[in-house]
Amino acid sequence: MRTFRIFIIGTVTDLLRALMLASLAVAAYAAPYVPAEDATVLERLPVRPGDPVARELRQLRAELTANPRRRDTAVRLAERYFELASSEGDPRYVGYAQAALKPWWDLPAPPLDVLVMRAILKQYSHDFSGAMQDLEGATREDPQNARAWSWRGAIHMVQADYERAREDCLTLAKLESELYAAGCIAYLDGTTGKAAAAYRALSAALAKNADAAPEVKVWVLTRLAEMALRQGDAKQAEEHFRAAYFEPINDQFLLAAYADFLLDQGRPEEVVPLLVDWVKSDILLLRLALAERALKAPKAREHTEALRSRFDAAALRGDKLHQQEEARFNLYLLGNKEKALALARENWKLQREPRDARILLEAALAMKDPAAAQEALDWLERSGHEDPALRRTAEKLKALKR
Amino acid sequence: MKALPAALLLLVASSALAHKPSDSYLAIRVEGSNLSGQWDIALRDLDFAIGLDDSGDGDITWGEVKAHHADAAAYALARLKLRSGTADCPASATEFLVDDHSDGAYSVMRFEARCPDDVTTLEISYSLFADLDPQHRGLLRLEHGTGTRTAIFGPERATQSFELAKISALTQFVDYGREGVWHIWIGFDHILFLLSLLLPAVLVLEGGRWQAVARFPPAFWEVFKIVTSFTVAHSITLSLAALGVISLPSRLVESAIATSVVLAALNNVFPVVHGRRWMVAFAFGLIHGFGFASVLRDLGLPQGALLIALVGFNLGVEIGQLAIVSAFLPVAYGLRASWFYRRLVFVGGSTAIAGIAGIWLIERAFNMKIITP
Repeated sequence: MRTFRIFIIGTVTDLLRALMLASLAVAAYAAPYVPAEDATVLERLPVRPGDPVARELRQLRAELTANPRRRDTAVRLAERYFELASSEGDPRYVGYAQAALKPWWDLPAPPLDVLVMRAILKQYSHDFSGAMQDLEGATREDPQNARAWSWRGAIHMVQADYERAREDCLTLAKLESELYAAGCIAYLDGTTGKAAAAYRALSAALAKNADAAPEVKVWVLTRLAEMALRQGDAKQAEEHFRAAYFEPINDQFLLAAYADFLLDQGRPEEVVPLLVDWVKSDILLLRLALAERALKAPKAREHTEALRSRFDAAALRGDKLHQQEEARFNLYLLGNKEKALALARENWKLQREPRDARILLEAALAMKDPAAAQEALDWLERSGHEDPALRRTAEKLKALKR
Repeated sequence: MKALPAALLLLVASSALAHKPSDSYLAIRVEGSNLSGQWDIALRDLDFAIGLDDSGDGDITWGEVKAHHADAAAYALARLKLRSGTADCPASATEFLVDDHSDGAYSVMRFEARCPDDVTTLEISYSLFADLDPQHRGLLRLEHGTGTRTAIFGPERATQSFELAKISALTQFVDYGREGVWHIWIGFDHILFLLSLLLPAVLVLEGGRWQAVARFPPAFWEVFKIVTSFTVAHSITLSLAALGVISLPSRLVESAIATSVVLAALNNVFPVVHGRRWMVAFAFGLIHGFGFASVLRDLGLPQGALLIALVGFNLGVEIGQLAIVSAFLPVAYGLRASWFYRRLVFVGGSTAIAGIAGIWLIERAFNMKIITP
């Protein structure tokens, strides 16, 4: 009788839970509605109309509408939109930038300034081969074009083509100031097993250029933190993260890297205040949800659901831009190891940075399938990348093989 | 600041930081020569295209959206061409709502379009925001009959054509049949009514007391008569109502159905009518037929295939009903002599049915909610 009663109570709680979940699901996919009042605010524009940025954009757009073939205006507008896309993380602006370049977009050989801008926009959509083709055209036409060389280096780094990346950095060194050239080489060396030397070189370059723009400083400090981590110095890394955080600009890369560091250090409670205002950004929401899950915070489920619906929407659209994040989401928030591994492998075909290797190794370890991560293991050998956490995961995977 | 650092900052992977790109969600349902649709467009995108923020404060309010509904509809519908074969199907907006998607608020526009003939090939040309944001995509869900298809529209694939397989009469027949089975299965009021009439079929009233029937054939014929007369009766009213010959207010019908269940169940506990239960089944069957008709109406009756739908649905109801009866009869016959059946199932069950139906009656007659069905 007692067990029966327990069974009944258990069933009732299960039922209630199921009902609660069902009502949550209904709330998440609420039906279209008519707002109660005219004054209800439905949407907040990210760039306020009175903003100087908005004013400049409006003016450039008006000029371009009056004369759509004015190239300098078009390129300047595209430039502004690309900056917005980077700072706001909103791909719409890349579309707006592309629209500004419309008269030249499909030309086989557009003028140099359009060519470089087109490459930058193409790489944003992960069309790396298209972007590289444009950049090669640009550096052929103008071998002194530092900007084109630096983007070439950036793309070669993502593709883990370190030989070509080195050529790009060395060319850049002849054209640009010390901090940029040092940054390029240090980024390469720091990824390929020479973190200590790269760290020293980049620190020295930063010390000599203390007046650099905050954007540059944040980038350099984030790289320094990563290199410190690769040498196993968490304390030094945190100092750099904090210094970058207190620079007067917002940088989503920094926030993501800093949050990952805190998560790895087992300090999820510090991640929440860092990211609480960034739920619109997919990758930062992912870190926030991971922290909330670790803390068993009530918001974890809501944020997991929000991420799920965003990944679903991307899948509907046929986007493959978020596979690295989606793999992490599946592995750590949904516990769907199989899908995580499939996504991580798919992502590796396109992007081969250390964090891409990391999720591939971790997903393969979760699936106990070392063969699936063979390419990442090979990359680790070939590059000599030093991150101790990556190396530990790789060792565990290799142990499975034996 | 020089332009260079942008590259040095290695924004290569920056799209991974992105929130959702610009998409619109377009759902179109094809029924004969009519198209009905719902189009969800992000308010941010509409604002960029036609300007919604009249007050210039960066907040888009419902009032501002409302003021631009006509512009928005004109702007959007001019960028959506629907064609059946070579003929245009002009569309017009019918309703405006708002919905919250994962990346913000969307304007929801419902629209209708009329083609000259039944649509067999639907061609859709989509160019919304093509000039403003080539990265924008339109995500289409196309429904036709019981099939659903999806497609993605963008500047590279702005026009796409969809062959709509003609639904065969057989498919339609089977579809409506399936709906009929489903409805009897989820229509508790019909099941309970039938059960109330069937429960006494394995018993006979002798000297004011219920006794088990001696042999199977009388029980079987009793059930047969009840089910047949219920079927004939509800088929008559279902057809009349579906064809629009008679129409009754649904509240009246639903209340009458609940009453029929109460009376049928009470009659088991306090027998008034006995021996001629098939007549009761026939009389109340007429009312239940109106209930089925309203379900059929909600499903939508295909023009030109009215009879197929009607017969298919009705047959489905009968099949579902037969399944219930054939499950019930052997069990009831086997248990008829037991105390369990005569007291608990028959009296207890009938009382419970009367109670439930009584609550339905109050709910339906007074339009209030006591229990959820």
